[in-house]
Formats: sequence, structure tokens, C-alpha cells
Amino acid sequence: MTKKIDQKQNFLKGILKENPVFVMLLGMCPTLGVTSSAFNGLGMGVATLFVLLMSNIVVSLIKTQIPSKVRIPAFIIIIASFVTVVEMVLEAFIPFLYEQLGIFIPLIVVNCLILGRAESFASKNNLWSSIVDALGMGIGFVIALTILGATREILGSGSIFEMKFVSEDANTFILFILPPGAFIALAYLSVLFNKISIKTLS
Amino acid sequence: MEYIIIIIAAIFVNNIVLAQFLGICPFLGVSSKVSTSVGMSGAVLFVMTIATIASYLLHQYVLIPFGLDYLRTITFILVIAALVQMVEIILKKVSPPLYKALGVFLPLITTNCAVLGVAILAIGLEDASLLKAVIFAIANSIGFALAIIVFSSIREQLELANIPEGMKGVPINLLVAGLLSLAFLGFTGLV
Repeated sequence: MTKKIDQKQNFLKGILKENPVFVMLLGMCPTLGVTSSAFNGLGMGVATLFVLLMSNIVVSLIKTQIPSKVRIPAFIIIIASFVTVVEMVLEAFIPFLYEQLGIFIPLIVVNCLILGRAESFASKNNLWSSIVDALGMGIGFVIALTILGATREILGSGSIFEMKFVSEDANTFILFILPPGAFIALAYLSVLFNKISIKTLS
Repeated sequence: MEYIIIIIAAIFVNNIVLAQFLGICPFLGVSSKVSTSVGMSGAVLFVMTIATIASYLLHQYVLIPFGLDYLRTITFILVIAALVQMVEIILKKVSPPLYKALGVFLPLITTNCAVLGVAILAIGLEDASLLKAVIFAIANSIGFALAIIVFSSIREQLELANIPEGMKGVPINLLVAGLLSLAFLGFTGLV
């Protein structure tokens, strides 16, 4: 642990340069599956952020205890425990969101973003850096899901966060809240994101 | 008849990749060539069927009798991870040609959300039985194979196409997947 990590850089990389959704293409299943509205995207993002943060903390704390041969199963158990916590909390306190997200809540376990950060970052760095890394990546994920959800909701149902801004009988692009719209919206958003991040980084 | 409906629904109407968004990672990741996507589909068919059988039995005969339903996620993912390892070891010993064909794809499958997703969906089927769960798993892996093979054939053609600079790589692939998904939307209402 000799090299010093610039924490500000460490935090920002998850949001811009290594954004999990737009740049790294990690965790695509929940990204496409639950973003039919901004609220669902935000809920999924926050749930993932929580699991990512907790798993990074635990992995970073016990990294010296885990034999390297069984590290992947060990990480999966840690992640699965926190996913179970999230599942139970959502079912008890936000049943509406629990219904909406459905199968994608248990599937947070296999979100490659979380296992990827545990393997490539938390198992090699100290606690503080791992927390910052998890926050950066997690917030990058939340932002991406909320933007995608908002885009699809605005185009598809003419509302944002359930607030309608077009009249009831107005024609909206229903395509965007159907499955194909997820792929198409993400395609154009990632073009846009690449353009913006190339501009700001250079 | 009931089983035929399950099969058609799983392959076309609720296609696991294009309508339910499970298994997107391998769908985008290993679909640059038709041959690799055929290999991946074979591995998924194999693992998904065994994993669904194992997790169905475990759920029915261990988790429910002991009231441990809330441990579903942890148990299933462990079973799948262990199964993948076991399948890899057994295949290596018993059938080297099959291992050679599927080997590289097996480790990737642990984090394939389609496998865990189908295992969870299978126990939630209406009056679920083991036979139904197996048919559901096989039909879903055929749906996965159909989607990824069609997608990779299109991607092979795209290599030669003239694509605008900003759309190269990921965006054009997502757009193609969107159009494919649009085509599958046409099956809505079939069952």
C-alpha cells in the first residue's frame, strides 16, 4: 500500500471517465430492465449503491483473511447477504418499489459492477479508498439509471417522476417504455455521453 | 398444451434477452462471432437446465419445509456457482471434446443473470412442478440461443458497414439489439 491515491480523482472516475453504465457497460440487466420510469431507475440505483458500498467495506476489511483461491465465492456470499437485506427492507417499507423492481432485486447479486469492484478494487486497497470508490461508482450508476429512466419516462409517458406534463390523451412515444425503447434510448445516451466526456476531459 | 404454451411464451413472446433483459452481459459481450455465440448458447442450455433442477429441488425440499424462504438468493447463487465448477470438472474428465467447446464459457456463466433469473422465475410459476421447471429452463435457453445467434449474425454483417464515427462500437450494437427487440415485440399476443 505504498502508492497514494488521489481521493477526488478516485471519486470522480466512477461518475465520468469510468462510468459503469455508459463507458464500462457493467450491470446492463438492471440498467435496461427497470428504467421504464425515473423513480424506478433511482430506486434500483440506490439499492445497488447500498450493496456496493457495504460489500466494498466488508471485502476491504477482511481481504487479508480470504484465501485467494476461494475469493470469488467468498465475495458472492458477502454480496448475497446484503442483497437479502435490501430485499427484506424494500418488501417491508417500500412494497410499491418492491413490486416494480421484482426479479431484478435478487439479481443485484449477479450485477457485474459489484463483483467487479470487489475483485478489482476493494480486495487490493484500504478501507477509505474502497468507500470512496464505491460511492463514486455507485453514484455514477444512480445518475446513469436516473437519466435513462427520466429520458424513457419523458418520451414514453410524457411525465417525469410521475408528474405528467402533457394532457391525458396526448400521443407519446409508447415505444420508449416498452423493451425496445430501453436499448434505443441507451444507445443514443451513450453516444451523447461519450461526446460530452471527451469534451470535458480534453 | 400447457407445456407448448410455456415453450412458445418463453422463446418468442417473453424472450429472456430481448423482452426481459436477463443475460444482457453475454448477449453484448460474446456475440461478435456466430461460432462463439453458439458455444455460449450450448453452455447456457446445459447449466441453466441443471441449475434450475437443483435449485427447484432445494427450494421445494429444504428451504420451504424449514421456513428458510428468505435465504433463497444466497442459496441459489451458491448452488449455481458450485454447479458451474462441478460441471467444469466433470466435463474435463468425461468428455474432453465437449469441454473444449464449452470450457471457456463456463466460468462466465456464474455471473450470467439469466441463469439465476430463470431459477428464481421457475419456482414462481403457476402450480409449479419439476417437469414444468425443466421445460421452462430449456425453453428459455433456446430463447437465449435464438436471440444471441441472430444478433451475432447481424454483428458480423455490421463489420463491413459504413457506420458514423460516434455510433461505432457499443451504441450501434445497442441500436441493433433495440431493433431486434422491436421485431420480437411483434409476437405479443401470440399466447
